[in-house]
Amino acid sequence: MNNKSSEQPETLNSPVMVQPSIYQGFVATVKRDSLIAVRHRGEMANPLMFFLMVITMVPLGISPEAAVLASLAPGMIWVVALLATLLSLDSLFRGDFEDGALEQLLVSPQPLYFQVLAKVLVHWLTTGLPLTLMAPVLGVMLSLPEAGYWPLMASLLLGTGCLSLVGSIGAALTVALRKGGLLLSLIIMPLYIPILIFGASAVSSAIDGFPIVGQLAMLGAFLASAVVLAPLAAAGALRISVNG
Amino acid sequence: MSQTAIAEPTPSAGDSPLLELRNLHCERDERLLFSGLNLQLYPGSIVQVEGPNGSGKTSLLRLMTTTSIDYHGEILWRGESLAQSRLDYLNHLLFVGHLPGIKKALSPRENLAWFSGLNSGHQRCSAEEALSEVGLYGFEDVPCHHLSAGQLRRVALARLFLTPAQVWVLDEPFTAIDKQGVANLERLMSEHAAGGGCVVLTTHQELAIPQVQKLNLMDFRERCADHELEAEDSLYE
Repeated sequence: MNNKSSEQPETLNSPVMVQPSIYQGFVATVKRDSLIAVRHRGEMANPLMFFLMVITMVPLGISPEAAVLASLAPGMIWVVALLATLLSLDSLFRGDFEDGALEQLLVSPQPLYFQVLAKVLVHWLTTGLPLTLMAPVLGVMLSLPEAGYWPLMASLLLGTGCLSLVGSIGAALTVALRKGGLLLSLIIMPLYIPILIFGASAVSSAIDGFPIVGQLAMLGAFLASAVVLAPLAAAGALRISVNG
Repeated sequence: MSQTAIAEPTPSAGDSPLLELRNLHCERDERLLFSGLNLQLYPGSIVQVEGPNGSGKTSLLRLMTTTSIDYHGEILWRGESLAQSRLDYLNHLLFVGHLPGIKKALSPRENLAWFSGLNSGHQRCSAEEALSEVGLYGFEDVPCHHLSAGQLRRVALARLFLTPAQVWVLDEPFTAIDKQGVANLERLMSEHAAGGGCVVLTTHQELAIPQVQKLNLMDFRERCADHELEAEDSLYE
């Protein structure tokens, strides 16, 4: 530190404090979390590797026959995508909790709702979106029938968003616990079941030649209500976790 | 209640307190930390919270920063209860905790950019100026995991130069800071106070600031024990 007291701003409390903009706070957190995700690429690749490895082993473990695999493919891809998301959830708020950044978020003049939404958005961009993009490749490995590809991607696109949002509630509730991983799974699993049912059934219906508008509409409705409600719940849970 | 206004208001006559704690009572894990705590922070106040380890210094700061709400009593911001004026209060608050929230994967510049974004870019100087003020000139783009503990602390303290906030709440700001750094921080606090801000800090060091008011949390524990005894006595009378 160099001793230059001459150019200290004398106006400590003079600037009229404008209410901070929610948009700028949102963008700042998205930027920061994306940067961290890029710097920790290994962690980001973890759920994707899990997804890839499990799907690779299915033909080895069950049967390499195309007919058997094709009937398993929709459910298998969906279940593994769900588990891969679950695997990545524990770290959603943990880093921030451990280094005090979460406390800073609570003390910042920003609504916690949008800050949680920003963090979940980055989580989805680094897990849900890559999972969705990888799914067709894995579909080929499981000889998914041709009619299943677009429905698989569409249902995963909507569904992984729900998974990240709903999962943030569990992550927020368990962030203060030293070993919250198991509890997190127990809290979140039941909430994931409807998403899994509608997601997997969209793909298998499409393969059987039925319309899938109904399932996709349900997934869309889940996503819409999760965007509105899940960050609220997660924000409340974070306050409790930091308070206790 | 005889122990009103432990911290004598600084003679800035006519000012109303910025932040006022009234009859604060806090327990943690069924252990009493303090009771009957009154404190008024005026523009220009510097309050040093004292007490042995585990006496509730950090708990008090957590109450003052609204991250904890486990207390009885009142906290008023400019005469209004915090429940009503929370957002306005947070807008004027800077809190540097024991864990300062610095991301090790990011550079000091990127860390400060996040804090500045949360405040919508309201700051008194650029991040570069703030970092050179705390002696990190040339380290702006070095990832924080390459920095030493003291340098990490300085990144967090660079926010003091950036922030336009009026109320500073600092938990152990001098940890891992060298002598020259401590002197600079003390100067900065005095200047902040002179400019109409107020500072609450915990530290075990003696501060070289003349107008500092000390608040020893142990006083409030004994007193309340006396009160309980008195109450019991009066029951038997």
